[in-house]
Amino acid sequence: MDLRKIKTLLDLAIESGVSELEITEGDDRIRIVNRPAQASAAPAAAQIVQTAPISVPAVQPAPIDPPPAQHQDAEEERQTINSPMVGTFYRSPSPGAKPFVDIGSKVKAGDTVCIIEAMKLLNEIEAEADGVIREILIENGSPVEFGQPLFVIS
Amino acid sequence: MFGKILIANRGEIALRILRACRAMNIRTVAVHSVADADAMYVKLADESVCIGPAQSTQSYLNIPAIISAAEVTDAEAIHPGYGFLSENADFADRVERSGFAFIGPRGDTIRLMGDKVNAKQAMIAAGVPCVPGSGGALPDDPKEILRIAREIGYPVIIKASAGGGGRGMRVVRTEAALLNLVNTTKTEAKAAFGSDKVYLEKFLENPRHIEIQVLSDNFQNAVYLGERDCSMQRRNQKIIEESPAIGIPRRQIERLGNRCVEACKRIGYRGAGTFEFLYEKDQFYFIEMNTRVQVEHPVTEFITGVDIIAEQIRIAAGERLTLRQKDIPTLGHAIECRVNAENPFTFRPSPGKVTRWLMPGGPGIRVDSHVFADYTVPAYYDSMIGKIIAFGPTRDAALARMRVALSETIVEGIETNIPLHLRILGDSKFRMGGTSIHYLEKCLEDWTAIQRGKKQ
Repeated sequence: MDLRKIKTLLDLAIESGVSELEITEGDDRIRIVNRPAQASAAPAAAQIVQTAPISVPAVQPAPIDPPPAQHQDAEEERQTINSPMVGTFYRSPSPGAKPFVDIGSKVKAGDTVCIIEAMKLLNEIEAEADGVIREILIENGSPVEFGQPLFVIS
Repeated sequence: MFGKILIANRGEIALRILRACRAMNIRTVAVHSVADADAMYVKLADESVCIGPAQSTQSYLNIPAIISAAEVTDAEAIHPGYGFLSENADFADRVERSGFAFIGPRGDTIRLMGDKVNAKQAMIAAGVPCVPGSGGALPDDPKEILRIAREIGYPVIIKASAGGGGRGMRVVRTEAALLNLVNTTKTEAKAAFGSDKVYLEKFLENPRHIEIQVLSDNFQNAVYLGERDCSMQRRNQKIIEESPAIGIPRRQIERLGNRCVEACKRIGYRGAGTFEFLYEKDQFYFIEMNTRVQVEHPVTEFITGVDIIAEQIRIAAGERLTLRQKDIPTLGHAIECRVNAENPFTFRPSPGKVTRWLMPGGPGIRVDSHVFADYTVPAYYDSMIGKIIAFGPTRDAALARMRVALSETIVEGIETNIPLHLRILGDSKFRMGGTSIHYLEKCLEDWTAIQRGKKQ
């Protein structure tokens, strides 16, 4: 499924206000969930979950399933949440919205802590364990690479 | 011209591309896996992006990660090197759809040449000589398969259409064995390449592997840059390459080169490419085309003076080829030895920390390697860690310089195949030149038998 098609679907979902849209095309499947962040005039962010890799004959790139690598920092007994992919780091689900977490936020395993955008797709990054956010290491809108620490969590 | 290029590869070719970019004042982005974070070219690049863990499928073969890295660094073009995604038509398409230039041919061209049956048909239509064969994919009817093989004449070789690079091939010498082997090859091909499409070709007993390097731009200009002889192979992997091919009349090469140039124009080829042939009894037979820069490009660079990577970049940036066929010199003789991190006679891979790395120098010696002392050769990728190339006014002069260069080379901490290269260079038949693609393996068998004989 090419990017332009995904962008068109995304725009369609936002415009029409449809709450959930799932499309299957051959081996590709895409689900768009439209969850309004707040009851203001700002258009709701569309969160996209790309569920199937685009298969390529002979060479199969593995799907980017994000297992946030939790890194045990033995010296300080603090963990970091590291980026599972290359992209742009965003603290909020949409511009102007409240950040997912702040310093001092309590998170449970599975809570979304940030978004990393890659190739126009917004990927929710989840905490792998319970904890409290101690530091936010990346500035909003900055590029990140695979394995780069995003948050310090205790 | 591009302002910034992302290098989607690793090892010696990543360094080679980086050098070409820097010489042209193009900014560089090196992508790397976790295992390559300390690579020399990563440190020399203007920017670097870690794209994944060590496993190739999650890093160097990870299309979204690479394109994402190009986005976050605002790269303008992506150079795929060789191997990995360089001949992946989908990657080429997605790179361009995402707004970047792919330094290579269009996805459709890669797709055409990647299907060996279709590539052959395109070449036949373009007047490029091909190995006599089934002409297309083998049908399912056993009677038809037997008839086709009989027409070609035994021995025949079964090849997977989606294979290539020496993989997915099987020789059949007798009719009795044919049908079973066709089925086995089809099953293996489906598993390895995703398609069970196979075709038959005449099997040549003692051919040489001769290839033609081409450059083709977007304006119907194309040239060939001489030929290379890559007959010294083990298990279909090249070990030593040289240019020119000794003993082949220049007129024959000229005719072949011109046919390849015509084929490029016909298919609208863009970039650098190589037409590979088998040569036996004065005849050339097309086997496949590689739609990328090749490992052995330095030998051609030595004898023609052309910077092939720089030309790739210029062509991709939409510039016209400034080279004219009549102006391309082919001077002297060049020979390349691939240096692999492996035991020279058991071929067992030898990754690990390099404790001493002393490379040769002097007139006509070029070393293409990303390795340095204290560098750790990772276990995750193929064993080639560099190339030593020697140039001289004649083949004997080049061989002499290579012998001296190899004898000066010291690598400690890992094993390399340099002792094997020295052995080959001492072989009298190799020194005469013109040996076939089976010659090296025959030598290895003989040398192993002698070793065993000595032990008894």
